[in-house]
Amino acid sequence: MKAPSFDFVRPASIAEVTDILARYEGDARVLAGGQSLVPMLNLRLARPAAVVDISALAQLKTIEVSSSEIAIGALVTHAALEMSKEAGPTFDMLRKVASGIAYRGVRNRGTIGGSVAHADPAADWPSCLLALDARVGIVGPAGERQLPIAEFLLGSFTVALEPGEFVEAIGCFVDDDKRGVRRVVAGALSSPAVVLFGDQGGWPPQLTSDAIAAAISTAAPAVEGDHIHFHAAAVLRALQGGLRP
Amino acid sequence: MIDIVLTINGERVEASIDPRLSLADFLREKLHLTGTHIGCEHGVCGACTIHLDGVSARSCITLAAACDGHDVKTIEGFEDDSTMSAIRTEFSREHALQCGYCSPGMLMTSYDLVTRFPGLDEADIRREMSGNLCRCTGYQGIVRALQNVYAMNQQQD
Repeated sequence: MKAPSFDFVRPASIAEVTDILARYEGDARVLAGGQSLVPMLNLRLARPAAVVDISALAQLKTIEVSSSEIAIGALVTHAALEMSKEAGPTFDMLRKVASGIAYRGVRNRGTIGGSVAHADPAADWPSCLLALDARVGIVGPAGERQLPIAEFLLGSFTVALEPGEFVEAIGCFVDDDKRGVRRVVAGALSSPAVVLFGDQGGWPPQLTSDAIAAAISTAAPAVEGDHIHFHAAAVLRALQGGLRP
Repeated sequence: MIDIVLTINGERVEASIDPRLSLADFLREKLHLTGTHIGCEHGVCGACTIHLDGVSARSCITLAAACDGHDVKTIEGFEDDSTMSAIRTEFSREHALQCGYCSPGMLMTSYDLVTRFPGLDEADIRREMSGNLCRCTGYQGIVRALQNVYAMNQQQD
């Protein structure tokens, strides 16, 4: 199918983007790489009055790395993250997740900011970034603000953006080792990732079925009763396999 | 309507287009570059693969309006390219097509692989080509064609 008609605007500054978004009163969609939005337009699942192409904003295409954090511009593509050269477990995870998204032709255009703002529960970034305790940098008419991704993602295709706001960057910690944080991540439920922190002293962590069941209850309150234990048994078995040295 | 200026296969193209027009439809309907095929129209099948600023992309889920100022290369732009010629010859030798509908996309993705990775084994080739669907061949000939290209390149090195 073909996309429905819409106004197309290509602002040259962040201020212009927020102005235009505000002017369309929630009926404009931001276009980054378009790898989720354009299929939805083609299938007519999305029918915005306007598409605001932010791809000309070069300042959103950078990756900045400090000793404690990585700030990934919203327009950084999956392919760019797949090819990033930095060392460390956070980068390993970002690279691994990026390289598994769709296919190269899609990764060359699809962006991390677009994926997070789109909040498709089947997408790779939301669960990965939840597991990494990422923060979402937001910009809007009132300026910039940051939200932990767990507060940014409100539900399926629903995020905590106010009128006129859009995603500017994603921030992740890169000093987990120095802070003594170890993440064991198990998926996939239709919920946030289940994040288990290892015992302070030992690695691999001593994981018990009860601890995993508790983590699943926290991440997925809708899973109840015996079902928690079904999931816990499967997660424990997978982790025991995955953590074997 | 909006005005765009872009480069297609090395030539400057100016056009006034409807913003909802996909790059694939722009290439086929306005420029009559019908080598780029349209399969699924939502980014799944890979038949519409083109190169945008030197990297592979799906023209059915790329708006032509978003390509203003960019560089597009389609299958028609590879007529005199020796690497593409080698890939095409091996596709032909290995019967890597039957109806040919997926072939332009297969060739564009193959070109991307051959120019990006110096060596790939069969499993790598299958994984990297998995975004291009072929409903005729069962992929055997396509994989063999790429293995042949890699074997030839390694002999030359």
